[in-house]
Amino acid sequence: MNGFLALPLWSPYITGICIGLLSILAFVLSDRPIGCSTAFVKTQGLIERCFRGEKVGNKEYYQKVTPRVDWQFMIIPGIIIGAFLSSFLSGSFAIGIVPPLWADRFGDTPALRILVALAGGILLGVGSRWAGGCTSGHGISGTLQLSVGSILSALCFFIGGIATAMILFGRIA
Amino acid sequence: MNLETLHADERAQLVLGLLFGIAFGFLLQKGGVTTYAVIMGQLLLTDFTVFRIMASAVATGLIGFHLLKHAGIVRSHVRDASLGSNVIGGLIFGLGFGLLGYCPGTVAGAVGQGSLDALFGGVIGLLIGTGIFAELYPSLNRSILSWKPVEKKTVPELLGLPEWIVVAGGVVLIVLILLLLDMFGL
Repeated sequence: MNGFLALPLWSPYITGICIGLLSILAFVLSDRPIGCSTAFVKTQGLIERCFRGEKVGNKEYYQKVTPRVDWQFMIIPGIIIGAFLSSFLSGSFAIGIVPPLWADRFGDTPALRILVALAGGILLGVGSRWAGGCTSGHGISGTLQLSVGSILSALCFFIGGIATAMILFGRIA
Repeated sequence: MNLETLHADERAQLVLGLLFGIAFGFLLQKGGVTTYAVIMGQLLLTDFTVFRIMASAVATGLIGFHLLKHAGIVRSHVRDASLGSNVIGGLIFGLGFGLLGYCPGTVAGAVGQGSLDALFGGVIGLLIGTGIFAELYPSLNRSILSWKPVEKKTVPELLGLPEWIVVAGGVVLIVLILLLLDMFGL
């Protein structure tokens, strides 16, 4: 068992089936679809409250998504811990700032990578809230419930992502 | 233990949220999708790991969720949908997805395995982005977010077919696509 947990990579099918089972378990034990983007709104709202005080709670969006430490919030620290454990057990944990694939095309200047990642993160933040979910919330949890909106969103995530990646890496003339 | 009592127990749910996150993060890292090259490989259509993981998760979930729903153990969480929200938001998300090379879940996993671009670019960007959205929400909510609402919210409603046929058909479709990907060596 230890050997299995220490493998650097699992079969995508085994990984996928386990994620599917985990998602079902979340519906059973927590009555919630697993999703990740809500946690960022909650964190953002909590940070904003530190600077601007309780009136932040009056914002229309924060009345819809309450900024508090709850189930949805805990998912993100959980993912960080889980991914750390997995990479630590397999010895693949490594501090790095510019991914090799990026460096091959754009060079290994950290500033450029961080700047583009920041722009990407901002769009991801706006887009995930605009669409009401992300790759896990819509792509997995929503799609497995056969939600039309979720399937539509997931398709658009990948259409937009594929087009952007192809242009960025010069695969489209 | 009564499930409804468990759902209402905020402290237990806090711990469960953390545990679900840990398991999810562990699986994402083991699957390789917390790595920039794997996600970009999917978006450049050279590496189908992301698709394989998502498709097997959805196939498993489709069967399990609908069986349990039929047994009355889980309930549906299908949300309201509209082209203005799901399509436009989805495309903005896609643009960010391609630039960052992670999504909101895998970006956290990438932080856990030591990728600092995910932390200083991705996570900070996501916090700024959700903040911008919260600021824009009142005006967006009264205009574009509700543009072209989707009346039939689930695929069985849309197709006018019984749920079990759509579930079975969905699983068969996913297995076929996965077999085709293997056949073409993708």
